[in-house]
Amino acid sequence: MKVAIVKYNAGNIRSVVNALNRLGVCPSVTDRPEELLSADRVLFPGQGEAFTTMQYLKEHRLDSLICSLRQPVLGICIGQQLMCRHSEEGDTECLGIFDTDVIRFRPTRHEEKVPHMGWNRLRNMENDLFHGCEEGVFAYFVHSYYVPVNPCTAAVCDYIEPFSAALHKDNFYATQFHPEKSGDTGERILQNFLDLKV
Amino acid sequence: MTLAKRIIPCLDVKDGQTVKGTNFVNLRQAGDPVELGKAYSRQGADELIYLDITASHEGRKTFTRMVQRVAAEINIPFTVGGGVNELADVDRLLSAGADKVSINSAALRNPGLIDEIARHFGSQVCVVAIDARETERGWLCYLNGGRVVTDRSLFDWAREVSERGAGEILFTSMNHDGVKTGYANDALRHLTDTLTIPVIASGGAGSKEHFRDTFLYGKSDAALAASVFHFGEISIPELKSYLRQEGIRVRI
Repeated sequence: MKVAIVKYNAGNIRSVVNALNRLGVCPSVTDRPEELLSADRVLFPGQGEAFTTMQYLKEHRLDSLICSLRQPVLGICIGQQLMCRHSEEGDTECLGIFDTDVIRFRPTRHEEKVPHMGWNRLRNMENDLFHGCEEGVFAYFVHSYYVPVNPCTAAVCDYIEPFSAALHKDNFYATQFHPEKSGDTGERILQNFLDLKV
Repeated sequence: MTLAKRIIPCLDVKDGQTVKGTNFVNLRQAGDPVELGKAYSRQGADELIYLDITASHEGRKTFTRMVQRVAAEINIPFTVGGGVNELADVDRLLSAGADKVSINSAALRNPGLIDEIARHFGSQVCVVAIDARETERGWLCYLNGGRVVTDRSLFDWAREVSERGAGEILFTSMNHDGVKTGYANDALRHLTDTLTIPVIASGGAGSKEHFRDTFLYGKSDAALAASVFHFGEISIPELKSYLRQEGIRVRI
């Protein structure tokens, strides 16, 4: 199976490569259109800021390319946010794959620290990505912006308010949490993504 | 709903080997920091911290190679620290695969380093470690692994660190470290009540109750310990099921 990771100016892509290696997969990290288009699976991971990452994608014409992909695609963290319509971070127009906006957490109590960083529970996991994961399982999050619950929500997490821990529409999947850092649960989710029936 | 309270084993590493002796069960190479970290991860540790206590240049290279191995083999977040003096050190450790980098003395000497790390790599990677001791003049910060006292107050420094963009504070009470009579919960409570970034409690763990107390009374976001885990005095699965019984949210 050919697995490609979108190469762009976001951080922490190496840890996704490591996680896939642990599953016995050697992904290529690339921004070459033909390589991305011909891969069996594409991952779009990373940590970063919405405006500068989106600008990079546009300059390198990766924006239209990502939208045109037909194989299963998995966005992670900033990847998920960039696949939405608009982000409050830097007032950024994003890829518009998921018809929803990304907004900043607004704490209402002192205990509600931002970024939301650490282990939190997933619920309402109605998706093949979560095959074999129990309701309430923990995943690792690091983010200050979130996607509200919407028709594409594939799993919910509760922090300050319920938000989308995962999204799914057609061949596009995305998680706000980091499966590559979420222990055995995360590895199962990545394996489920690789095992998706096309 | 809130985040799970985190349990964080801390491993001191010198020349590529864990320093404090361990009698970890079923571990072929107790001295190998990667093997030990894996064992903790399997037991349910939420995060790991590796501290490089080597002084030499050669030791730094060995530590960086170890960080690469940890990143390749362990599937939970980990922080590295020890001897981080400038932005280039942070870059080297993040490139090797660390999720967060902890700075200590360098931040006290050059507080602007915190701003630089936050700006270049994001606040979430910047952990500021503070070693402090309660004295007649209140809580004072120490440099160089607790060898040199400064005139900085713990609480003032913690506030400054947070304002400069640190993502997390790792507070070690030198009064409590190694004594095993519990964490410095009054000071921790003051920190967690006044700051808006997470605080990791360090120094003093001797029993399961001590972890409960630092979460309930200290309101700590995470608790770090070394010897009680390394010597098998407390096992992480037992600790977590105890904490859950006590009504504390933990990842099991």
